[in-house]
Amino acid sequence: MSANTYSVRRFTPERSALGKLFARDSVVRRMDWLLFFATLLLCFIGSLLVYSATRNRTGLTHGDQYYFLIRHVMNAGIGLALCIGAMAIGHHRMRTIVPFFYALSILGILAVLSPLGSTVNGAHSWIIIGGGFSVQPSEFVKISIIIGMAMVLSARVDAGDQVHPDHRRVTQSLALAALPVVIILLMPDLGSVMVLGAIVLGVLLASGASSRWVFGLIGTGIVGSILVWQLGILDKYQIDRFAAFANPALDPSGVGYNTSQARIAIGSGGLLGKGLFHGSQTTGQFVPEQQTDFVFSVAGEELGFVGAAFIVALIGLILWRACTIARNATDLYGTIVAAGVVAWFAFQSFENIGMTLGIMPVTGIPLPFVSYGGSSMFANFVAIGMLQSVKMQRPMSA
Amino acid sequence: MSNIPETGRTSRVTIRLVILQVLVFSLLLTLGGRLWYLQIRNGQEYDAKANSNHIQQVVTPAVRGSILDDRGVPIADNETLLVVSASRTDLLQQSDGGTAVLTRLAAVLGMKPQDVMDKVRLCDAHTPRPCWNGSPYQPIPITDKATTQQALQIMERREDFPGITAEPTAVRTYPSPDKANAAQVLGYLSPVTDKEVAASEKTSNPLLRSDQVGRSGLEATYDDELRGKAGVTTYQVDNLGRVIGKAGDTPATPGDNLVTSIDSKVQAVTEKELDAAMKAARTTYDPVTHENFKADSGAAVVMDNHTGQIVAMASEPTYDPNEWVGGISAKDYKALTDAKSNYPLLNRAIQGESAPGSTFKVVSTSAAIRAGYTEDGPYDCSSSFNIGSQVFHNDENESYGPISLARALEVSCDTVFYGISYDQWKKDGGTDPKHPKDWFYTTAHDFGLGAKTGIDIPGEVTGRVPDRQWKKDFWEENKDDWCATAKKHKNDKNPSLAVAIAIENCPDGYVLRAGDSVNYAIGQGDTLVTPVQMARIYAALGNGGTLYQPTIAKAVISPDGKTVTPIKPKAVGKLPDSKSTLKYINQALAGVVTEGTADWKFQGWPQDTIPLHAKTGTAEVSGKQSTSWFDTYTKDYTIVMTISQGGTGSGGSGEAVRRIYEAMYGIQKDGQKIDPKKGIMPKPVTALPKFSADGAAVSAQQAAFVTSATDQFANSPAGPQGGAPVPELAALTPTRTEKLLYGRKYT
Repeated sequence: MSANTYSVRRFTPERSALGKLFARDSVVRRMDWLLFFATLLLCFIGSLLVYSATRNRTGLTHGDQYYFLIRHVMNAGIGLALCIGAMAIGHHRMRTIVPFFYALSILGILAVLSPLGSTVNGAHSWIIIGGGFSVQPSEFVKISIIIGMAMVLSARVDAGDQVHPDHRRVTQSLALAALPVVIILLMPDLGSVMVLGAIVLGVLLASGASSRWVFGLIGTGIVGSILVWQLGILDKYQIDRFAAFANPALDPSGVGYNTSQARIAIGSGGLLGKGLFHGSQTTGQFVPEQQTDFVFSVAGEELGFVGAAFIVALIGLILWRACTIARNATDLYGTIVAAGVVAWFAFQSFENIGMTLGIMPVTGIPLPFVSYGGSSMFANFVAIGMLQSVKMQRPMSA
Repeated sequence: MSNIPETGRTSRVTIRLVILQVLVFSLLLTLGGRLWYLQIRNGQEYDAKANSNHIQQVVTPAVRGSILDDRGVPIADNETLLVVSASRTDLLQQSDGGTAVLTRLAAVLGMKPQDVMDKVRLCDAHTPRPCWNGSPYQPIPITDKATTQQALQIMERREDFPGITAEPTAVRTYPSPDKANAAQVLGYLSPVTDKEVAASEKTSNPLLRSDQVGRSGLEATYDDELRGKAGVTTYQVDNLGRVIGKAGDTPATPGDNLVTSIDSKVQAVTEKELDAAMKAARTTYDPVTHENFKADSGAAVVMDNHTGQIVAMASEPTYDPNEWVGGISAKDYKALTDAKSNYPLLNRAIQGESAPGSTFKVVSTSAAIRAGYTEDGPYDCSSSFNIGSQVFHNDENESYGPISLARALEVSCDTVFYGISYDQWKKDGGTDPKHPKDWFYTTAHDFGLGAKTGIDIPGEVTGRVPDRQWKKDFWEENKDDWCATAKKHKNDKNPSLAVAIAIENCPDGYVLRAGDSVNYAIGQGDTLVTPVQMARIYAALGNGGTLYQPTIAKAVISPDGKTVTPIKPKAVGKLPDSKSTLKYINQALAGVVTEGTADWKFQGWPQDTIPLHAKTGTAEVSGKQSTSWFDTYTKDYTIVMTISQGGTGSGGSGEAVRRIYEAMYGIQKDGQKIDPKKGIMPKPVTALPKFSADGAAVSAQQAAFVTSATDQFANSPAGPQGGAPVPELAALTPTRTEKLLYGRKYT
């Protein structure tokens, strides 16, 4: 296949607007609606949960109970626009802007390390813009790495020169990922590093690179984490977090308090939950960071097992669609992009929900589409746009 | 390239994608499983945790039930006081943490600001009292002695006193109807300890940290019934403890009322007469010690013969039970537990032990008849009795010649009982016994001595029957000390009594000697009894031989007066005597009044209409003046009075006991005219008092009592809140040497 397969298409002017919309090869027909609606539904549930978690937090909302809800919906709206934008550009054309995007996100995370950056909850990963807005550049690094690595790994294969990416390509792609990972590790934003690790692993796996690379990467991850631990690169609060997820008593006032309160909230929800806005743990603000990292505890308490499992199922639906898109992609580039997003969303969701359930260490990463937070929301929607683009195999503006 | 399919995937990539998909979905399944584990399997546990997280309780204390006398007159009640309380939650919401409000409050109440602030701080390991031991959500009482004017000042200027309330609150009071004090019978309340709160957590009515519990007397025994159940209002609070909603409201259930057999009028007379007798004794010259009697303590029991119910129970020295209300001050507590005050908390009627003296002779008479000695004898009442070189004298060396057992009781002839007891001791094998019958000891046990009577107030002591087993145990326990003392002092020229006893007891102190045996028969020696044990024995003599378990409570009555749970008298034994023996002893004890040791105090007593039976006793105590005992009974009542260091039985208590009977039966001054209408209790009160719908006892006399009770309130002392928990006083037992010497008669 060559690049001109998806060159500009012309529509015949005779078609009506409606007819165009539902034409056999139109965007409406080709895009993955199940994925789209699952995403929107998740966003909708997320905004209810964010509202429930924040409407009483007068200390955060400055007296406006809709403060977070409005911003969350705005973020989702902007995210949706970015999603459509990504679909319009298309994942293939994105390759042309990736070097620029990659450089920008590297600059972003470097800026965080500079005095411009701010520390929130012990993680030095934000740039406060003002007006209540802040940017977390590491979210955009995820997209850069997926596209960048996919480009490097698939170029020769999609060109028909290689069956699988060779060592050289793999090395190049890993170097591409290593730079931001190291910078983020210095922030330190451990959660993002773990997500990036999962993305790199997913990308390598889907690229068909030699299994030695895959296992080698896993081995490096293990050795690396032991080294990080031993060399004292981790701060005290991070060690506490790691230890306290299993035993909240180790850090009862800090992260142990967080996890045990989140667990109480979720456990007390039972089968059907206490009803939206009726959770005592949520209303009483017993779970810190409940609108962001611990948003799942609102679902657990107020919507019960049924609601919480429904959210997990929605995420499952998105991942299933993404896996299908990866399988059905017409080129390796599309497969890798989709698989990278699968690894990203899967690990990030598992880590986020797992930490509220007490089976994963606490790291400050949001639940995709549900947690409050602009950067994360934007990046997630761009990823969905990329998935849709892979599904359609051509930009929609074409 | 043929090996690159149109989808852009090789089979390796396909397999890899399947692996990725399996990995992803196993992660999601893990989440689902963990969700099920937390929410379904352990959901209830977390629900309970969430509730304890956000639910806080405010407790409305239950009004404690009243303790009523046999006619429904309250002897422990609640009075309404103006209690000023502060809400910590409200105070803490003020910008200065409530300091300004508390300072203003202190000015209104006339207290020091620091004292007020100390009261509202929370107790912890490092905070000295006063401090608040209850829930921080509970209004904390600052004073229960606010005047109406102070309360108005606070409530009318609400804006100046946010978080402060002044409300009428029920506070325990002991109204002392007719000035009946009954302090040791009623007992007292004091704050619960953390341990008690923890121990009660699993019970149906757990204690709250702000609770008071009964520590002695009826308040302790019937604490569960009287306490009621506190009302609980639950509030939802947020993570900072701010109230965000009301979750539930259970109103308080008042405690049950307790009807007792105590008759406040008889109680008052008994207390008054005991006091009068002790005061009289203190003006009486003791020819033995050549000074007036000290009369340091005393007790009197009035018992209903037919039921064993206590009509009155007095113990001296006594105290005002209202001292405990609102927390006793350290000073008051020290005064109550000080040796100088001679331990007024002790109820001498059940905790005071002494040798019974000649009142024990009813037991000896019964034992002698059971052992086969005839009633008529005759037995020689000589002035003294010799065993070897030891001489045992009759009181004042009197002699009555050959007499019957009955006459020996009437005139309290010691030598008759010496003789019989010595004879029986020899029959039992003397110092080398073979299967001894020990009639005198067996009979004492059969009369219920040496064991608790089981009266329904705590702290009762057993007394002691110094039988062979006790001798042996006592020797085992003390032989090392005795032998050491004996060895140390073996060359003393004039050994002290303690040394002499040690030398004597070291080698064979376990042997029941002839001297022990004869002393024992007249109620001297190592025998110890309590007044309530003696009252029970004489009541049994009066009712045909039934030993009752003495009770003070008659019924538990629900606050609305509808549910009545009677506490039935319980017969627990029979005197071992035949009917004819009982009749014989009865007649002899009547003779004590008409022509025996008590006749001089009962001149003009209407013996025909109200036959009275009595036995006097004068127990000698080594190193102390003699203990006076006077045990009496009529058809219906038994009255036992004893005064430590009070002289002879009839001399010390004869008149006092007579006055009590006269008041009860309505016997007029000349002794011959009886007006039951003027008697305060001519017949035992068997019916329970009636209750009106609101649970108040309806009684004709009540109005009069309430007025007389009000002046008792006026000086009701109340210490600071939350006095230290008070350990129960152990009954005062004599020290070891004293134990041995107590009541022993060596002449």
